[in-house]
Amino acid sequence: MATKKIYLYPLWLRIWHHVNAILMLALILTGVSMQYSNPDYPLIRFDIAVSLHNISGILLTLSYFYFFLGILFTSIGRHYVMKQGFFKAFYLQAKYYLFGIFRGEPHPFPVNAERKFNPIQQITYNVIQHAITPITFVTGWALLYPETIILNVFGYSGIMLTSLLHVAAGFLISIFLIIHLYFITVGHSVTSNLKSMITGYHEIHEDEEKDSAENAEESSSENSGKSN
Amino acid sequence: MKHWLIKRPAGWIALITGFIPLLFAIFLSFGSEKPAATIDEESKQCLVCHGSPRYELTDTLTGETVTMKMHAELQIDPVEYSKATHGAFKCTDCHSIDYHIHPHPVSTKFEVNYTCMDCHGGDETYASFNFETIEEEYLKSIHATELGTEFSCWSCHNPHTYRLSDKEPGQLMNRVARNNSACLHCHGDINNYAVLIEKELPDLIKSHDWLPNQSLHFRKVRCIDCHAANNDSIMVAHLVLPASESVKNCVECHSTNSILMGSLYKHQAAEKRNKLGFYNGVIMNEAYVIGANRNYYLNIASVVIFIMVLIGIAIHATLRYIHRHRKHGN
Repeated sequence: MATKKIYLYPLWLRIWHHVNAILMLALILTGVSMQYSNPDYPLIRFDIAVSLHNISGILLTLSYFYFFLGILFTSIGRHYVMKQGFFKAFYLQAKYYLFGIFRGEPHPFPVNAERKFNPIQQITYNVIQHAITPITFVTGWALLYPETIILNVFGYSGIMLTSLLHVAAGFLISIFLIIHLYFITVGHSVTSNLKSMITGYHEIHEDEEKDSAENAEESSSENSGKSN
Repeated sequence: MKHWLIKRPAGWIALITGFIPLLFAIFLSFGSEKPAATIDEESKQCLVCHGSPRYELTDTLTGETVTMKMHAELQIDPVEYSKATHGAFKCTDCHSIDYHIHPHPVSTKFEVNYTCMDCHGGDETYASFNFETIEEEYLKSIHATELGTEFSCWSCHNPHTYRLSDKEPGQLMNRVARNNSACLHCHGDINNYAVLIEKELPDLIKSHDWLPNQSLHFRKVRCIDCHAANNDSIMVAHLVLPASESVKNCVECHSTNSILMGSLYKHQAAEKRNKLGFYNGVIMNEAYVIGANRNYYLNIASVVIFIMVLIGIAIHATLRYIHRHRKHGN
């Protein structure tokens, strides 16, 4: 049973997230359909796929800047800042996902009002949002206007290299999406993370609260030790 | 013993002044187009009038001279002509000897022009071009069936400027532009179109508005790549189809079995996958056709990564389920 609810996902963020998810899905499906087009097994009719892909790509660019301004000018941005000791924290989180989770060990970085993401989420979201997604839309815009692309890069076609980068980045996003969808189920219950992204509230349960308190104590004693 | 070149500076000078320029000349000649033919003296006389937009006519009795405009269709660009495939011919090799008379007599108006087959039909020298099949295909084309004698080889292939250049590697964009300009001579010019047929000239931009990235397609592929049926035994398709039968299914080009490999890229297409693992690699030299340019190795790598991720998730989910089951069991 939930003991406490914290409002972690404001409405603007949830709207962005769901719109972004729909656009990403549309881009992946139409992208795969075009890249692996086959007259005998058409997934989406090619011209429809091209138009849908272009429209979704343009909207995704707008969606990215909406999100970027959101994290820049609201308090949500603090959750994306990677703090000192990140690599050790990343290691602890990876160890938990690979082993601890199967032994019922406490979550090393339970969610609280000040910490929405664990270190793995933090780096993944940052890389996907600020590196991979911009690569897809910058190369995508370049492919919409191929006359802007350098024709020859060290003997290779500039358009071909741009396309490869676009497809590779798109592929990484599709891999992220699958893992991201799986991690919906890694909450207190199988559906609790999904509920949070719909209602905006994260439920903190008794056992999580205890872990969180213990972690807070540990970190405060570490900090006081350091200050001494 | 020292080599003579090292001992004698004159040897080096000879090498630099003779051999190196010779090498340059050889390399440059590889990159250049067909060398221009020399126009014979007799034809030069024709070009005095036909080589410019105006010409002078002198009355031999009165000595009076008038300047007249030369009809655009009768003008011959001497530079273009000398570079053309037929540029080595004298004017009277194809035209009546009566053209030597000025003003030209009425009989020249009744001159019957040669067609390609008059010279090339059954000629072993040009067997590889397969002119007989070209003619068969042309006779089945919309141009022949709709326009009959109004249309001929020369309607598209100007005999005075035509160059056999489709075999040359590179400069694909130039080849596409040159080829399409032949179509647009009528299909993009209301006056030239009206001379041939009493029909409204369709607006090409509107009739192709279904095509995504329209201008890109217009620059990168030839009209005939969609509007003519391929025939493996000839180099360039001549069976121009009615608009209703033309290619409108994107995946006919945008797939590994791209029809472009049998048309636009026919001369370069020799392998299915090139050494870097790209399907239809020749297309990538000057363009990228989504769906047609896939990479074999990247395809395999992406499928393997995808499957590994799914297996990883399946194992993780199973172990989580087992743990949860045990916990609740206890």
